[in-house]
Amino acid sequence: MSDDTRILDEFTSKEYEHGWETKIDSDSAPMGLSEDIVRFISNKKDEPEWMLEWRLKAYRHWLTMEEPDWGNITFPTINYQDIIYYSAPKQKATPNSLDEVDPELRKTFEKLGISLDEQKRLTGVAVDAVIDSVSVATTFKDKLGEMGIIFCSFSEAVKDHPELVKKYVGSVVPITDNYFSALNSAVFSDGSFCYIPKGVRCPMELSTYFRINAANTGQFERTLIIADDDSYVSYLEGCTAPMRDENQLHAAVVEIYASKNAEVKYSTVQNWYPGDKNGKGGIYNFVTKRGICAGDHSKISWTQVETGSAITWKYPSCILKGDNSTGEFYSVAVTNNYQQADTGTKMIHIGKNTRSRIVSKGVSAGHSQNSYRGLVKVMNRAENSRNYSQCDSLLMGDQCGAHTFPYIESANSSAQIEHEATTSKIGEDQIFYCTQRGIDEESAVALIVNGYCKEVLNQLPMEFAVEAQKLLALTLEGSVG
Amino acid sequence: MLKIQNLHASIDGKEILKGINLEVKPGEIHAIMGPNGSGKSTLASVLAGKEEYEVTQGEVSYLNKDLLDLAPEVRAREGIFLAFQYPVEIPGVTSVNFLKTALNQIREHKGLDPLDAVSFLSLMKEKMTLVDIDKSLLHRPLNEGFSGGEKKRNEIFQMAMLEPKLSILDETDSGLDIDALRIVANGVNQLRSSDNATIVVTHYQRLLDYIVPDFVHVLYNGRIVKSGSKDLALELEEKGYDWIKEEVNAV
Repeated sequence: MSDDTRILDEFTSKEYEHGWETKIDSDSAPMGLSEDIVRFISNKKDEPEWMLEWRLKAYRHWLTMEEPDWGNITFPTINYQDIIYYSAPKQKATPNSLDEVDPELRKTFEKLGISLDEQKRLTGVAVDAVIDSVSVATTFKDKLGEMGIIFCSFSEAVKDHPELVKKYVGSVVPITDNYFSALNSAVFSDGSFCYIPKGVRCPMELSTYFRINAANTGQFERTLIIADDDSYVSYLEGCTAPMRDENQLHAAVVEIYASKNAEVKYSTVQNWYPGDKNGKGGIYNFVTKRGICAGDHSKISWTQVETGSAITWKYPSCILKGDNSTGEFYSVAVTNNYQQADTGTKMIHIGKNTRSRIVSKGVSAGHSQNSYRGLVKVMNRAENSRNYSQCDSLLMGDQCGAHTFPYIESANSSAQIEHEATTSKIGEDQIFYCTQRGIDEESAVALIVNGYCKEVLNQLPMEFAVEAQKLLALTLEGSVG
Repeated sequence: MLKIQNLHASIDGKEILKGINLEVKPGEIHAIMGPNGSGKSTLASVLAGKEEYEVTQGEVSYLNKDLLDLAPEVRAREGIFLAFQYPVEIPGVTSVNFLKTALNQIREHKGLDPLDAVSFLSLMKEKMTLVDIDKSLLHRPLNEGFSGGEKKRNEIFQMAMLEPKLSILDETDSGLDIDALRIVANGVNQLRSSDNATIVVTHYQRLLDYIVPDFVHVLYNGRIVKSGSKDLALELEEKGYDWIKEEVNAV
């Protein structure tokens, strides 16, 4: 066995860190999906009639749709009747304060390094924690409330701010949009809701942590962020799950609405359980994320670090409707073992002078397949719009694959679209250069990969960037080519 | 310090080193010269532990350890430094970050605490003057877009930072103009002490005007065929390598 293979083996045998399960009772729906289940969920959430109707409409539409098969991914057919669509940790109805949150649950989040204890939070990050299907706690709510910022679970928003939910839910990702978003619209159980009023700059990072805990459970959360005129918010999302032999489905929807001059920065560090080194188990991550720059001079920026999931199917997109609006997509997608990622973005230029920038860094190791899929579409009204795309792929070893599928459609001759792509391998020369200076091989690979991803990591808020760097090192360490 | 005995090494089944014998003591500077393809760079790479070379015979002891038994990073931590003929670019990783990682892993090996940011920066400042390297260069990604001279200077700067016991300079003079050559040589000379040793691999005598060797060895066809004082280098400069080749071939 060559040294490279040995290192590759050592590193790839590293275990998933968040693979533990919390022993808490949960309250679940019966397995399977039907109109009754949709009603069950809606009833559990004590939802108003209009929300139920919306769900049913989505469900009925979903029944007419087929699972998309264009992705560069392969997986056994999902039996949608084998999934539990609602699971909630059993705890007192709704906690009025954090003290009332089940201690086991709090431990769960502490293990993840997420303290829900407001007093102890010096870092100024407001957290909404979602476990399985429901939001268990939201911190800093009162403080944010003073500024008129609404940051709460989606269920609460339906109750307390129905006019906002009604107006915006499905406005960016309609229920008919795609198979997984239609499914989500029918059965979503919770998620985060955020509204930033006119002229307010949210003073802290808003953060949601998602964790799937119960077995056989799908997680279908829905996040809605509304940034009113001249507002700003930076939003973080983190995800983990226990190790399980079976595959679990995660089909989330994130909608962002940015009004005139508003700016929303959405960062994700996705670390769902990727399956074991033989490709058994792991999360199927089919996510629809989309933002609309509805107002002039608005900006939406997506940054994602995708290291987990058995399958990632995800294209955070921007609809640049307002004139002079800007969309950005910064992505690092790392796959190892038998992981498959088909991820990228869509930038739809509708308004004049709209700008978009895409920086995608794919890293593949082991037997994994990593695809970038991106669409840049310029509509005929989008005078002087510009796009710059850069798609880099880094390969480690000779068993993995990197693919790039860029689509460009331009209906306006004044548009400028640039696309650059590179594929490279981590060189033995680079590794040797590092080891010759006393750096061990693991650290060398971490150093090189972090350097390669730097442009994207730099977009993350400080704390997240550090976490992401560690995660990259952990996921990939040493898969030398 | 270093004792090489009957070292044979090959790459892809082709034997390049065919029985090298060499002893280097602390405080000494050895120059290894020889025509193209004689095995000079191979010797440097084998000593540093580059994996694509296979050692088929012989022994190398370094500070009473079996050098060939040590992983490249352990050799480095034990004080072996190779100034690369072609320094490698590592995009996105600054020299500062790279060197800090290296230095702290070496310190850890020696049982020392890692240097904090402040001490590291002041050490850097001190060493920067040695090779007259520009600070901005060190905050750029490692070797990326560096000129040939900047790369070589950066190698010597790294050497200064890591304070090796045995430095191997592999064709450090290639691609350097006379001013850069002087700066690089000056750096090497200042780092010289009675405790450390240097092996200078070079093509030309030119560098040896500035880094004066105690011994000069001529490598030809995988063997050291002639050794002498620095005068040997001058003789080679004047007469070329042909007379040595003839001598060897006649035997």
